[in-house]
Amino acid sequence: MSIDKDKIKHTAKLARISIDKNKIESLSKDLSNIFNFIEKLSKINTDKVNPLTSILDHSLRTREDKVTDGGIRDKILENSPNKNEEFFIVPKVIE
Amino acid sequence: MSEITKKSLTETVDLIKKKEIKSEEVTNAYINNVKKGKKLNSFITESFDNALSKSKIFDAKPNYETLLPGVPLAVKDLFCTNGVRTTAGSKMLENFIPAYESTITTKLWSEGAFLLGKLNCDEYAMGSSNETSFFGNVINPVKENTVPGGSSGGSASALAADLTPATIGTDTGGSIRQPASFTGTVGLKPTYGLCSRWGIVAFASSLDQAGPMTKTVSDCALMLEAMSGFDPKDSTSIDRKKENYSKKLTKNIKGLKIGIPKEYRVEGMPNEIEELWEKGKKILKEEGAEIIDISLPHTEYALPTYYIVAPAEASSNLARYDGVKYGFRSSKGSNLIEMYENTRSEGFGDEVKRRILIGTYVLSSGYYDAYYIKAQKVRQLIKRDFDNVFTKVDAILTPSTPSAAFKIGEKKDDPISMYLNDIFTVPANLAGIPAVSVPVGHDKNNLPLGLQLIGKPLGEQTLLNLAFSMESKSNFKQDIIKWWEK
Repeated sequence: MSIDKDKIKHTAKLARISIDKNKIESLSKDLSNIFNFIEKLSKINTDKVNPLTSILDHSLRTREDKVTDGGIRDKILENSPNKNEEFFIVPKVIE
Repeated sequence: MSEITKKSLTETVDLIKKKEIKSEEVTNAYINNVKKGKKLNSFITESFDNALSKSKIFDAKPNYETLLPGVPLAVKDLFCTNGVRTTAGSKMLENFIPAYESTITTKLWSEGAFLLGKLNCDEYAMGSSNETSFFGNVINPVKENTVPGGSSGGSASALAADLTPATIGTDTGGSIRQPASFTGTVGLKPTYGLCSRWGIVAFASSLDQAGPMTKTVSDCALMLEAMSGFDPKDSTSIDRKKENYSKKLTKNIKGLKIGIPKEYRVEGMPNEIEELWEKGKKILKEEGAEIIDISLPHTEYALPTYYIVAPAEASSNLARYDGVKYGFRSSKGSNLIEMYENTRSEGFGDEVKRRILIGTYVLSSGYYDAYYIKAQKVRQLIKRDFDNVFTKVDAILTPSTPSAAFKIGEKKDDPISMYLNDIFTVPANLAGIPAVSVPVGHDKNNLPLGLQLIGKPLGEQTLLNLAFSMESKSNFKQDIIKWWEK
């Protein structure tokens, strides 16, 4: 299966990654090769097989809904590339 | 005690406990080696001040009742360390300083160890040669210009070069076992859920497991004992009693049944690997194990399945890197969407972007059933193969890798040939079962080769015992000349 340039552009849009125009060609080639490799799976009949979603015997644990952590706003903000004393700052969203 | 860094972790712990050497001496010896080992590029961040001050604190008031008393340890830079930057080998996290500590490193420190530094790895653990790291290639100490494997390449390189007495890595498709095989060291991927994933930078959450990388099998048992155990903060953590792997370690493997899967005899595999496999079989047989031919019919589908499941989960996990809360942010772009797109384009390397695109594509509307659901169904069949054979055998013996370590740059431009490195290691991740790589021999160029033992769920003790027996009879000798110190 070939992943053409339009598919690359569309997928990149979905993944929120801008792709350099010069790189689309080689990316299309790489991904097409990888998908040809993946295509092998279509050879197996899996009509009566349930998808494996977890290899664990137990279902995911839940916990009591109570606060175990918190009050660390400043620590969390410390790693932000752009912030003021209380908030993360992003480019303007609402005109 | 100038040769302290040549000793195994177990021997070092014994010497510290017998008060024959101080933690500070051990720490200084390793710091000295790390300083001389810059050419290997195995460290991203050094924590020498931390290590020295912790060693002095230990020596002033030693507690010998722990598993790793006064031992400095460098760890893969995928484990979050409180106050010490954690990069995952990516520009995206170049300046990220966690405000918390991963569960596994917390456990190691509570057993008396302390941080020596953070080790290089493939970007977000995506790679098999440590050539995708933003911080540059790591070199295999075994031979100049050779890759150490990946993604835990910095861990394997630092360990083999005596820059850390033991280390930890993560293994999503072979990232502990393949570099262990390439560097003549021992690497174990535990059962999914045995070691907590909390505080580890996520790649593919249904496959990721952390595990020990060590010079000997005894060290491996000791490290696994220290790092495993239930963690309420990881919803997939298995709630069970802690095992004393090192105490129970034995070379007695009489009566164990070992399966040899015919599907692992792949086309184009070098003769030396075939011979190594025979050597392994012979050793186990002589030690009293029974060798049984088995079949894992869906083996050839494991790698294609992996290259759907892992990128799908990665594309979802890596959606969090948006340049807002932490990490890199691009200065280009006139609105929020453009800021996201440029941040992710500039912050991620080529392999990571490639995998995000594969993952996004197989999860996208119209392709989800054909790729992602299909892969999950085949994953079920792969798991069933293992369930079936484990009614007949106790463990499975295979080569760890289809070749020895290759030259830097040799496979860099061909993703498929790079992916094929993990052909023998990926099935254990898909089935969530434990597997260990043990060094057993060398190829004609004197590069180390490992054999892999795959076990039943939570069968780590059996695997360690088999590995211990194989190690003691294989006469594998690591003969590294420290070319990087010249």
